[in-house]
Amino acid sequence: MIEFDHVTKRFGGHLVIDDLSLRIDDGEFFVLVGPSGSGKSTLLRTVNRLVPVDAGAVRIDGEDVLSRDVETLRRGIGYAIQSVGLFPHRTVGENIATVPRLLGWPEGDIRARVTELVELLRLDEPGIADRYPATLSGGQQQRVGVARALAARPRIVLMDEPFGALDPITRESLQGSLKAIQRDTGTTILFVTHDMDEAFRLGDRVALMLDGRIAQVGAPLDLLHRPANDRVRDFVGGTRARLRELAVRTVRDSMRVGEPAEGEAVDVADSLQDALAAMLAQRRDRLPVNSRGERVGAIVLADLVANGP
Amino acid sequence: MTKARHTHGVIRVAAPLAVLASLLFVLPRSGPWFHAWLPELSHPLYTRTSFGALTLAHLALVTIATLFAVAIGLGLGILATRPSGRSLLPTVRAVAVIGQTFPPVAVLAIAVPLLGFGAAPTLLALVLYGVLPVLGQTIAGLEHVPAATLHAADGMGYGRWRRLREVELPLAAGPIMAGVRLSAIVSVGTATIGSAVGATTLGSPIVEGLVGNNTAYVVQGALLVGALALSVDAVLGAIERRIRRG
Ligand SMILES: Nc1ncnc2c1ncn2[C@@H]1O[C@H](COP(=O)(O)OP(=O)(O)OP(=O)(O)O)[C@@H](O)[C@H]1O
Ligand SMILES: [Mg+2]
Repeated sequence: MIEFDHVTKRFGGHLVIDDLSLRIDDGEFFVLVGPSGSGKSTLLRTVNRLVPVDAGAVRIDGEDVLSRDVETLRRGIGYAIQSVGLFPHRTVGENIATVPRLLGWPEGDIRARVTELVELLRLDEPGIADRYPATLSGGQQQRVGVARALAARPRIVLMDEPFGALDPITRESLQGSLKAIQRDTGTTILFVTHDMDEAFRLGDRVALMLDGRIAQVGAPLDLLHRPANDRVRDFVGGTRARLRELAVRTVRDSMRVGEPAEGEAVDVADSLQDALAAMLAQRRDRLPVNSRGERVGAIVLADLVANGP
Repeated sequence: MTKARHTHGVIRVAAPLAVLASLLFVLPRSGPWFHAWLPELSHPLYTRTSFGALTLAHLALVTIATLFAVAIGLGLGILATRPSGRSLLPTVRAVAVIGQTFPPVAVLAIAVPLLGFGAAPTLLALVLYGVLPVLGQTIAGLEHVPAATLHAADGMGYGRWRRLREVELPLAAGPIMAGVRLSAIVSVGTATIGSAVGATTLGSPIVEGLVGNNTAYVVQGALLVGALALSVDAVLGAIERRIRRG
């Protein structure tokens, strides 16, 4: 559990975090979203003490981070950033092994963990672990950055726009990898982005940050359906909110069980946005739905338009 | 391709060393040639000290001076780039620049009354001059380490010294080694002037030749200094290329 308790931070005279309180539960995928300069990165960095707070406290499992030895604290928390910051003089494998090495893991365990992460993050070009970061594509570098953050199996991982500079397809594939890893390991992830779609796709809960405060926090659908005020409504999408909602909800939520339909089937686990795209692509207003390869029902355009509050 | 490059690298180091070795072998036997060239000289070959001994003395002086220069330059450079030493950075830079405009002869002139004649004032001058390139390159190299890499290193829990040792210095090693090389080359040249204040170096035949109007001595000393400078440059250059390749 991470707890921000009336945290305040100024840079010079500029108030960047304004008396902010927030609790993040164990095993939660928590996304901080907000416009540039709203203080997201600053808030994230108070957790591993890269930024010292001026007032208030940040606690992990009830213990103030200030009371921990700073290096021990940081080695226990995964950290991945947009600029990645791989060590140019070390191979991919050595980069991934950084924190386990700092923690003094036995060499055999380190090697096994590196192999495991290379597979987990689909860095499966042969021999990639022995290459230097400069020889990787941007997407591969970001995967290595994520692998390095996860290497020592930290219970908490901080991620600051880790997929920032990627094309949409690579980005989605990495989001998928990360979400699956998080679900399998029960890691607590605090994730910063200014991309609202990314926030809603990944977050169990999402906090919208404006001017150093939390404007609203809740499940993605809460923010979409019940924005606390007009500024929140504008940020979560205004007229595009329903389109975003389709990305969050799955076919399972809206399908008509047992009904027939023509065309290429979608899967129950697909997002409604994917289903809509499939309808547009096939020029049909209803499509069959499969679950584990078996026909279970149909999804209908009119339901997507009409449903929801 | 890599083999060709490797061969090329070996030649780059071996050639100057071979020239130096041949000079050390040929010069002591070259009295008749210099006599033929400059028949008016009664002593056409420098024999007060053997060329081998002069070269060794010269090299020893340069090595000691460079070691001191590296220790001081690296130390100051590291200090000036730490958060606690940042305020020193402009001063250190200014001193380095001003120092370079100071002629070596002036340093010797100031050092002799303090340290007397011989190797000591020469060593002082060499160290003073040698520090500058090492210091400059250390600062440049450390400042060139990508900020994101340092930020990531901090975030993962490197301590200050460990970050310096395992991240910053390896990444700055190429530029630092370039500074060491420059420092050594400058010393090889400057050490010759030391003979003017009584140090035994390859400058001894040159100084004596200039004073006594003996062109042969000057040529003999200059040939060896040149070959030594090229050799030192080649060896340190090979080390630098190795470091830069990682
Ligand atoms: N080290 C610092 N020194 C001075 N000001 C800073 C520092 N770090 C951040 N700030 C300021 O604090 C404010 C919030 O910065 P922060 O990086 O937290 O924003 P952000 O929400 O992460 O923005 P972005 O989405 O652009 O990354 C900005 O005005 C920034 O200029
Ligand atoms: Mg930021």
